[in-house]
Amino acid sequence: MKHLISALAVGLALAGPALAQSYAVTNGRVVTNTDAGIIDDGTVLIRDGDIVAVGANVSIPAGTTVIDADGGWITPGIFAPVTQLGLIEVALESSTEDAGADDSAFSVALDVADGFNPNGTHIDSTRIEGVTRAALYPSTGHNLFAGQGALISTTGEYDSLFEEGSFVVADMSENGAETAGGSRSAAWAFLEAAFADARGYPGRFSGDHMGDALNRYDAAALVPVVRGRIPLVINVDRASDIRRALRFQRENAPARIIIHGGAEAWMVADEVAAAGVPVLFDPIRNLPGSFDRLGSTLEAANRLHQAGVTVAYTTQSADGYFNVRLLTQHAGNAVTHGVPWDAAFRSITLTPAAIYGVDARYGALAAGYSGDVVVWDGDPLEVMTGATHVLIDGEPVSMETRQTDLRDRYINITRDRPFAYQD
Amino acid sequence: MKSMTWNATAMIAAAFALAACSGSPDTGSEGASSDTGDTMIVRHDTNPYPSTYEPMPSGTTLIRGATVFDGLGNTIENGDVLVENGRISAVGTGLEAPDGATIVDAAGRFVTPGIIDIHSHLGVYPSPGVSAHSDGNEATQPVTAEVWAEHSVWPQDPGFEAALAGGVTTLHILPGSANLFGGRGITLRNVPSRTVQGMKFPEAPYTLKMACGENPSRVYGRRGSSPATDMGNMAGYRAAWQRASDYRDSWHEYWDAAEAGEDASAPTRDLELDTMMGVLEGEILVQMHCYRADQMAQIMDLSEEFGYQVTTFHHAVEAYKIPDLLAENGTCTAVWADWGGFKMEAYDSVRENLAMTHANGACAMIHSDDDLNIQRLNQEVAKALGDGRRAGLDISDGEAWTWLSSNPAEALGIADQTGSLQPGLRADIVLWSGHPYSVYTQADNVWIDGALAFDRTDESLQPIRDFMLGQPGEGDQ
Repeated sequence: MKHLISALAVGLALAGPALAQSYAVTNGRVVTNTDAGIIDDGTVLIRDGDIVAVGANVSIPAGTTVIDADGGWITPGIFAPVTQLGLIEVALESSTEDAGADDSAFSVALDVADGFNPNGTHIDSTRIEGVTRAALYPSTGHNLFAGQGALISTTGEYDSLFEEGSFVVADMSENGAETAGGSRSAAWAFLEAAFADARGYPGRFSGDHMGDALNRYDAAALVPVVRGRIPLVINVDRASDIRRALRFQRENAPARIIIHGGAEAWMVADEVAAAGVPVLFDPIRNLPGSFDRLGSTLEAANRLHQAGVTVAYTTQSADGYFNVRLLTQHAGNAVTHGVPWDAAFRSITLTPAAIYGVDARYGALAAGYSGDVVVWDGDPLEVMTGATHVLIDGEPVSMETRQTDLRDRYINITRDRPFAYQD
Repeated sequence: MKSMTWNATAMIAAAFALAACSGSPDTGSEGASSDTGDTMIVRHDTNPYPSTYEPMPSGTTLIRGATVFDGLGNTIENGDVLVENGRISAVGTGLEAPDGATIVDAAGRFVTPGIIDIHSHLGVYPSPGVSAHSDGNEATQPVTAEVWAEHSVWPQDPGFEAALAGGVTTLHILPGSANLFGGRGITLRNVPSRTVQGMKFPEAPYTLKMACGENPSRVYGRRGSSPATDMGNMAGYRAAWQRASDYRDSWHEYWDAAEAGEDASAPTRDLELDTMMGVLEGEILVQMHCYRADQMAQIMDLSEEFGYQVTTFHHAVEAYKIPDLLAENGTCTAVWADWGGFKMEAYDSVRENLAMTHANGACAMIHSDDDLNIQRLNQEVAKALGDGRRAGLDISDGEAWTWLSSNPAEALGIADQTGSLQPGLRADIVLWSGHPYSVYTQADNVWIDGALAFDRTDESLQPIRDFMLGQPGEGDQ
């Protein structure tokens, strides 16, 4: 079904501008994530994949397909900032898991784009819950560096990975310390050495010379990080480790860092805010699960907000491949614990887009933005709300998934023939 | 203190039991006897670690003017709940306040029975999750019915107070699922206590954790030992139940002979088989981790083969495929709203599982199996309910609260004590700031046995476990 719609869309698009697909999403409460704020009864007009108008009085050209929001909410698609969509199908089956490479000789050079499978079924079940964009994260294995991340849409199409080499991930938490040899000191020494290797690339790798920390392929892959072209995501929770990471950024300009985890970031929130370092953070991860995060609390999201820290929410306490779709619930709980609704909603839409440098195209409803639009039957952060229509790149996507197929097969248990036959 | 007096108490109880004994095999809760004399009949104490739980002091409380879900499926608008002597004394509208009653104005708010989580590992896998705290799986051999989760519970787990803030008043702590027979579970009141005994739900039946599928076969298969397959799992259950059945027979033969005055010697006590025999006698409830529909069907046949009942299938992500079989067998299911995908047997998870299983006639409930989800089980039910309604299932708000209280109470054998708002039951009550199926709603007050155990606006009524004292997160939720 998904492919049928796309094929139709492509066919129409190829027929020329006169037949360009236009959609008007109307009759809903429009959350723009712009200065226009929330429009109580608005319309979003989309043409050729992009938004061309948003407002209360948008005139709808003849030939436009109208999608009636039926009094629900119309918002930008959700942007999930930390996922493993298309990298994991069944987590415990290593044959279906391409997020981590424990036994690889390489680290920074590992690129999630090589393993991304747009046919993964969890992409579909994530998409129908309103998540339209996501960052793909590699997992750290027996190495401090997990590799390079990428950005995708959730269409499930083969061209849905729209940017690769977007960032590099390193684990500087207690896990990273163990990996590096047993202490934080070992981890930071390794990271400093790795940066020196990348700074010296390719010169110091002439002949048979190897780096102090990295081989030549990994050093080459770290060059864009060292030069500040892409950020280094640092997995870290403990306040003292976050401060160490901030120092690392100060000492390694123009390199930029992003904090992922950040359970105790609120304890050093002013410093984080002053450094302009964004935090990827799960607002419901509130228990002291380890000695790295004894300060975990439901109050953290609001404390970070109050301090002016740039925060995007994650589903770190759930998972990154199956329940990314719960991002709206995690954001809703941030609101419950004090974060203003508008800020919480931006933390799962425009803010992550900005952190990855794509906020001119994604995360808001305004002319010039990609047509990633979701219609909800209520407040999208409410737990009983569902998405009724999802558009990505200006095209409606199928709301059918393997899970809805299973549901529909068994919802009526009275059958004359075995369930495997189509009814 | 309890242990110091135990021996004497047991001796007295034993002597009494001898005098009064009429041979019923299930009256062992008072103590044990020794078999040193001709007339003495051996009966081992079935409750050697008794509950010392005492309700906190409480007064008379009238909660007035709320929307009340009674936990049995009913909704009372503008409803009142009267609490006296730790028990619910009346539920209705326009109740009179007795003299001296504390009146709680609940207009615009919601009142429900306290949440019961039938699947928690708080205490046995406490926070912080350091190696010394990994106390939930005795993964040294596949049949460990002799271990008891209560002997692993660390009452200082800060997860307990976080669950309390989420309205959880009773929780059932289970061993993990590495083993075919993981050991006994224990039902706790969610109250701070220096000891586990001080949390134990008085007279709640013991439970036995069992596990299907991938976990046991993975854990032991990797070691090159049995079980390594699903068929190895089944063989393992059958062999163990056969031993338990023989063990039970040997005790009954002994008791029959001894009571008839014949010369008989008691069987050698086996702690593992004691637990399994308790199941065969109908005293211990089987709580079984099982995901797939076909595996649940096999286990129901297994239980018939050996003459016991599976009380609840836990996780049961494919319950929606066999609601008819579950209903016919009288077996409940305890499920997540939307977890899945983490292993093959969880691959067919659908968000409508809970609502479909319920709507198609089987007993179903929510569970957490998680120290974060337990803090917002009302939201988990809200998601399941919303998904069910979008699929066309007609389930009311009040009906869905059975998934949070009365159904788990039934499945734990404590429905005559808690799980619904009925006169005479323990006053385990949550007052919510708004509709409990909203993400923005929080528990304002939680009463356990009529005592105010949590108040969102009063720090003196927010317990802090020892571990959190002096830590950065002390006092934060």
